[in-house]
Amino acid sequence: MTEPLRFHYDVDGENFSSAGEASVALKQNLRKLGYSPEVIRKVSIAMYEGEINMVIHANGGVADVEITDDRITIILADKGPGIADVELAMQEGFSTARDNIRALGFGAGMGLPNMKKYTDDMKIDTEVGVGTTITMVVLL
Amino acid sequence: MKVSDLLKAVSLKAVVLDNPDAEIEGVYVGDLLSRAMSHLEKHNAWVTIMTNKNVVAVGSLSEVSCVILAEGTTLPPDAVEAARENRVNVLAADLPAYELCLALSDPLASKP
Repeated sequence: MTEPLRFHYDVDGENFSSAGEASVALKQNLRKLGYSPEVIRKVSIAMYEGEINMVIHANGGVADVEITDDRITIILADKGPGIADVELAMQEGFSTARDNIRALGFGAGMGLPNMKKYTDDMKIDTEVGVGTTITMVVLL
Repeated sequence: MKVSDLLKAVSLKAVVLDNPDAEIEGVYVGDLLSRAMSHLEKHNAWVTIMTNKNVVAVGSLSEVSCVILAEGTTLPPDAVEAARENRVNVLAADLPAYELCLALSDPLASKP
């Protein structure tokens, strides 16, 4: 492969009861491309957590996935409120999700930690009042 | 043990059974989706009382062999449809989670 493969997904911020559609679509694409189950699992879980975060906190956003010979890069960008304290947000169990969202089973405070756990590299660029861009890499 | 064999061994209802030959290796119990996503192993049976469509997404992404709804909880129609589309087995039990896990324990232990 010389030319990178690219997928783009718009993440709808209105409908968090069906959030996860971009991750499921990405998973199906990776499966068709023949990646190993372990790679697919890591990428789709990291992507799902990021997608859910954008729906819960940022009224949606965009997800871009780029696949090259040695890595899958996921870039999630939103124009949400930004993360005031990244170190705190990275702690397992810390969540600012509202009660109605917790009632759906979200808000465990494991989203960002899971994204880190399932990827080989994760970078958070965030500015309060401007938005957040998260770049994750899974090595192939 | 296959999901279809578990259905014979324990009193469970098959809500969606599109992949009856899926092998069960271990059980995870929990309702917070991200915690489940962090701790679910591939091929686990996942016991939960959470029933919205996201349960199907988490089950699918985590590659569980089946979701088992405890305590008589039921999936709404859109979630059933999503489970069919994604070939996620969904079973249901009237037992609360603890009693359900006790019922699962012997059959799963005897056929690793």
